[in-house]
Amino acid sequence: MKFHGFLGALALGAALALPAFADENPAIEQRQGQFKLYVHNFGVLGGMAQGRIDYDADLAQIAADNLFHLTRHDQSRLWPEGTDSASVTGTRANPAIWENLDDFVAKFGALQGAAEGLQQVAGGGLDAMRAGFGPVGQSCQACHESYRDEAS
Amino acid sequence: MRKIMTAAAALATMLAAGLWVASAPRPLDSAELDALQGDASRGAAIYLAAGCGSCHIGPARDSDPLVLSGGREFASDFGTFLAPNISTDPVHGIGGWTQAQFINAVMRGISPDGAHYYPAFPYTSYIRAETQDIADLFAYMQTLPADATPSQPHDLAFPFTLRRAVGLWKALYLREEWVVAGDLTEEETRGRYLAEGLAHCAECHSPRNALGALDHDRWLLGAPNPSGTGRIPAIAGPGFDWTAFDISAYLETGLTPDFDVVGGSMAAVVRSLQHLDKSELDAIAAYILRAAQ
Repeated sequence: MKFHGFLGALALGAALALPAFADENPAIEQRQGQFKLYVHNFGVLGGMAQGRIDYDADLAQIAADNLFHLTRHDQSRLWPEGTDSASVTGTRANPAIWENLDDFVAKFGALQGAAEGLQQVAGGGLDAMRAGFGPVGQSCQACHESYRDEAS
Repeated sequence: MRKIMTAAAALATMLAAGLWVASAPRPLDSAELDALQGDASRGAAIYLAAGCGSCHIGPARDSDPLVLSGGREFASDFGTFLAPNISTDPVHGIGGWTQAQFINAVMRGISPDGAHYYPAFPYTSYIRAETQDIADLFAYMQTLPADATPSQPHDLAFPFTLRRAVGLWKALYLREEWVVAGDLTEEETRGRYLAEGLAHCAECHSPRNALGALDHDRWLLGAPNPSGTGRIPAIAGPGFDWTAFDISAYLETGLTPDFDVVGGSMAAVVRSLQHLDKSELDAIAAYILRAAQ
């Protein structure tokens, strides 16, 4: 009897110690979906910038328009407290995000600014598009460097 | 009985003496190093290839990449290493060092006063460098600013606090030979020099054994992130299907073939390497593909 009670306590302890699963908070999957849509458009422009595919002004403009609008999506419900990689599995969002929210928001603002700049030049020729593309990648990198964990 | 005791004591003394000898620092000949003429303008590219700034800049997020004040923390299985100040400050940095002292520090892991550095400092890779390149690096680093931030001690667990023991570790694991051997093209050879030497790719991308030595049999096959969650990805082996174009473009722009953007500790690596000649990045790519065979 006593032993079973001990086992029960052990199981409970183990359950409490296990990190929660990511799908407990839909915000994680939703914000990951947002990033996938960024890549869906960023990749078209990157492919043209690197010469993997031919530059096409119309396609470039559509992708840049999409990126502009996607980066206007309000972020306030996508990053709830407790959805960091130390608290739950299934996310690469480092806890430092919530310790440096002002900086995180500023870096997101930099992405918005860069996406706006790219939208203005994306249809204006390969060289112009490239010049606008670079700052978008830089803004992605700045945030990934500080706030994204390595993949597991 | 007394005879046995005497013999045992003699044996223990011999063993201790043997370990002491085996763990002694083995520097390069300083007369040969003194004869090298460093070229600061060539050293700038060595500095970027070797990625010195990635570890030795200050801990603040917006630290100046040319102020090598140290202070960044690197957690490991053995404790936390704190990168020292290697700015030109004569007291707290390396401003008072000679060229020979610098080359022995970088290529043999030996401090000016003859102590062993821990292999968190990748002299295990830099040992493969050309001494001339490191002389050029020294000349270049003389042009960088001084910073008076004192170096902080490492926070290690016993027995890793015993620096002399690093000498035994070196006797076991410090090797100058190339890991990827055989007939290499000129480009692959150049790439090997960069990747296995200066750019020290394997220090993060290869797994280590229980004593922290790189596993040459699982070279570049990925490893647990030593200082955080997740894994440092494999850049060889069955799951790695990048082309030479992909690898070179990634080192130049930070963009993967899927147009993800570099992050984590690799971001600083790209920020350094992207300033090298494109032919150097192509050479690294050629080597990576050769290593994967």
